[in-house]
Amino acid sequence: MSGRRGVLPGFGLAMGFTLWYLGLLLLIPLGALVLKAATVDPEKFAATITSGRTLAAFRLSFGAALVAACINGVFGLLLAWVLERYDFPFKRLVDGLVDLPFALPTAVAGIALTTLYAGNGWVGRHLAVLGVQVAYTPLGVVAALTFVGLPFVVRTVQPVLRDLPAAIEEASASLGAGRLQTFFRLIFPELLPAAATGFTLAFARGLGEYGSVIFISGNMPMKTEITPLLIMIKLEEYDYAGATAIALVFLAISFAILLAINALSLRSAHPVRRG
Amino acid sequence: MRLPFGGPKRGEKTGRPRSLNEPPLVRGLLTAAALIFILLFLLLPLGIVFTKAFGEGWSMYSRSVFEPYALRAIRLTALTTLIVVPLNLLFGIAAAWAISKFDFRGKNLLVTAIDLPFSISPVISGMLFILLFGAQGFFGPWLLERGIKIVFALPSIVLATLFVTSPLVARELIPLMRSQGSEEEEMAVTLGASGLQTFLKVSIPKMKWGLFYGVILCSARSVGEFGAVSVVSGHIRGLTTTVPLHVEMLYNEYQFTAAFAVASLLTMLALVTLVLKGLVEWRASLRDEGR
Repeated sequence: MSGRRGVLPGFGLAMGFTLWYLGLLLLIPLGALVLKAATVDPEKFAATITSGRTLAAFRLSFGAALVAACINGVFGLLLAWVLERYDFPFKRLVDGLVDLPFALPTAVAGIALTTLYAGNGWVGRHLAVLGVQVAYTPLGVVAALTFVGLPFVVRTVQPVLRDLPAAIEEASASLGAGRLQTFFRLIFPELLPAAATGFTLAFARGLGEYGSVIFISGNMPMKTEITPLLIMIKLEEYDYAGATAIALVFLAISFAILLAINALSLRSAHPVRRG
Repeated sequence: MRLPFGGPKRGEKTGRPRSLNEPPLVRGLLTAAALIFILLFLLLPLGIVFTKAFGEGWSMYSRSVFEPYALRAIRLTALTTLIVVPLNLLFGIAAAWAISKFDFRGKNLLVTAIDLPFSISPVISGMLFILLFGAQGFFGPWLLERGIKIVFALPSIVLATLFVTSPLVARELIPLMRSQGSEEEEMAVTLGASGLQTFLKVSIPKMKWGLFYGVILCSARSVGEFGAVSVVSGHIRGLTTTVPLHVEMLYNEYQFTAAFAVASLLTMLALVTLVLKGLVEWRASLRDEGR
């Protein structure tokens, strides 16, 4: 660090206020979580974490978030491609609508998706004919998390696709590569780091999501109960120790996974093939 | 040029040479698949909110929306948002000023800390304040003795919402201020303007669209926050139920039409948010072109 403060004033005030605010709003509450966890009886802690109900909730939360992020990875790439490269009616409207999951309160999304995908709903009715039940099953959790994570991959991939120089595709075509070959050998590797970032954001968002899921999941213990809901139930039973244990372990696993994905996508952002 | 709701102008990209475009059949299939996905996950949910909201006619709709508990929920949500947004706006400006205008050790750590609430489940965010101020919490007995109510009351609803929405303005301003640089500010100070003058007359106009957008995002999230508020509110009807919680309670009582009627208010607000976002992006693209 140069230590150069420049001629601009206000560093002390801005920095002081920022640290004070973060300290009060973030550090003290997070400190309370760690402190509370430290006071929980280790046996009780272990028993809560390893109970079948908790493990089932962990499995569902991580599994559904992963599946939803994968769906969003594929359809996010597709949407970004179609929105950037093709023309169709109401395209600008569709492009704007992609951000809806950021703007729509999750509870509204939850009741709308539930009504839509329930056995007698607009979509659920047709799926029921095929023998597929979405609402009140793990599939419902996946559907809700897909909605919530939809914008991330689209919005991270779009700018990269827009700035991709046409020259490299021309070169590829003039050297005799087909469109498919050009896409998989040339374009896709360029989009991959951005898509990975979007995937990670969607996954992270899905892990903690509560509002859109609890309506459609049916909330059956061991079957369709996500981890945030289990924490909520423990709190409602005044079992603060149990809630703290689950929350701390859930956060720790989440952060570990997110750090690992970030490390992997950092590596893919500096591919050797550029040499 | 980017127009509201993005996307290139009609025909701009179709001028690509044939070797750089997919066959019409492939284009059609890909577009259809993308649009079916949009239909299933975005359009139909929007459609069902309004269909169900007006399903039993206008009088039922207006009764659900203007009923006293609904109005109280609206008042609580408005009050919470009016407290939360200015505080997070101040925080966002201060954090962005410190991070984008100065060099200091641990800057990356600070940026990570600011983003932290995004990676914490809203339910866990709300729980933190229960652990601090709840009956069995660290400060619970102390607060109880003095008769101060934080949990299951307005203060904890505000705190939980503040926590969840705190990164939004900062996140919008930091990259904007970084990319704009500080030359104008440095010039103003060198020419003798005071710090406050420089900030008000140079910096604020430079970042006004970013500020506006940050405020829109922060407001939208404050109004719609569910998980964190759900933990700390206690669901006392008419007292601690925000609009999203009111929707949840109506829905769980099988008052579906009323639930969707109130939800339609939130949905309209979300649509307004999207339009404003498009407007801000359009302004930004005009400015970029002017350079």
